[in-house]
Amino acid sequence: MIQPVTVAANLADLVGGTPLVDISVLSPKPEVQIYAKLEGANPTGSVKDRIARFMIDAAEADGRLEPGQTILEPTSGNTGIALAMLGSVRGYPVKVVMPDAVTRERVELLEAFGAEIIYSPGDLGTNGSVQMAERVSAEHPEWFMPYQYENEDNPRAHYESTAPEIIADMPDLDLFVAGLGTGGTLTGVGRRLKEYNPTIRVVAAAPHPGDLVQGLRSLEEGYIPPVFDESVLDGRIVVDSSTSFRLTRELTEKTGVFAGVSSGSVVRAAQIAAQRMTSGKIVCLLADNGWKYLSSGLWTHTYEELEEDVATVLWW
Amino acid sequence: MAVQVHVTSVIQRVVGGQRTISADGATVIELIEDIEARYPGFRETLVGEDGKLHRFVNIYLNDEDVRFLDGAETQLSEGDEVSILPALAGG
Repeated sequence: MIQPVTVAANLADLVGGTPLVDISVLSPKPEVQIYAKLEGANPTGSVKDRIARFMIDAAEADGRLEPGQTILEPTSGNTGIALAMLGSVRGYPVKVVMPDAVTRERVELLEAFGAEIIYSPGDLGTNGSVQMAERVSAEHPEWFMPYQYENEDNPRAHYESTAPEIIADMPDLDLFVAGLGTGGTLTGVGRRLKEYNPTIRVVAAAPHPGDLVQGLRSLEEGYIPPVFDESVLDGRIVVDSSTSFRLTRELTEKTGVFAGVSSGSVVRAAQIAAQRMTSGKIVCLLADNGWKYLSSGLWTHTYEELEEDVATVLWW
Repeated sequence: MAVQVHVTSVIQRVVGGQRTISADGATVIELIEDIEARYPGFRETLVGEDGKLHRFVNIYLNDEDVRFLDGAETQLSEGDEVSILPALAGG
């Protein structure tokens, strides 16, 4: 578990130890309490700081990553930003393969941290970034690819840091909800929680792809990351962009929590789960803060005004 | 049992480009067979020879993945909405 320190030697030491806050005002019934774990409190504002640190620490320890070596990673943004921060701290050049359909802030943040961006076709979503990164990696075997989709240090980060923090703060939780991206959070947290108490249920909130992924040629281009152990799941709830936006905004208006778009999906999935419980406690993991999404107009416009624009943006 | 079925991406092409189709069936598999009758090839897009849903397809009944209900045998009710979506990664 990552220990809090008073004076950090560098930003890497400030990863994890995120707060849990009561957001039960959004619960559909008073007998079910909902709590949010604010991963936006991490140094680069997302849960991905955890996996970046675990993947890099492990690769340094066993020699896969050498001083000054270039890091390459496919990402929809947050993992790249986290790796770029660590690259700044520890002296690694970082290159990310990212779909060309993300918010402007993600691009600018990566550039601020000095990362180089290689764009993949937006209409193939993150699946397209994964395919392109594999090609680039084959051309550049001298670069190190942490590869969050296959790297067991991704779920291990959550098994060893996120889950113990949740258990310490909320030992009597009944249900855990997180968004589904690589599946690393759900797998790592889910495994640890079920070892701790097998009756705890784990629910995934999945983004509705809408019309975004029209570039897929066949379902065989679908992708289930190898790190994702679907057996930890007790349910999966799909949430469309309109609902995600509405709940993300409601979260800010009613609780003051300023979180990213996937958080709206997670809160919605928690509400659906709450409706089926008679009583209990739900912990939601909110993967990032809202700053990277301001340009979407999400807090200042109605969804109907934004619909055409947001349909072509990859949010997770 | 009339059910609205929303499809996206690759699957839209199998049903003549429609986003939503109306279909009948008491269970998810009956629903798929009903659509197959009108759009041959629909079934094999979603279901393997073993009768199980393909790994890369997720079928949601009113927003909930049917794998965590009764899979292809999940019961449907009048007015239900079903969404058929490809598995996607994020991160």
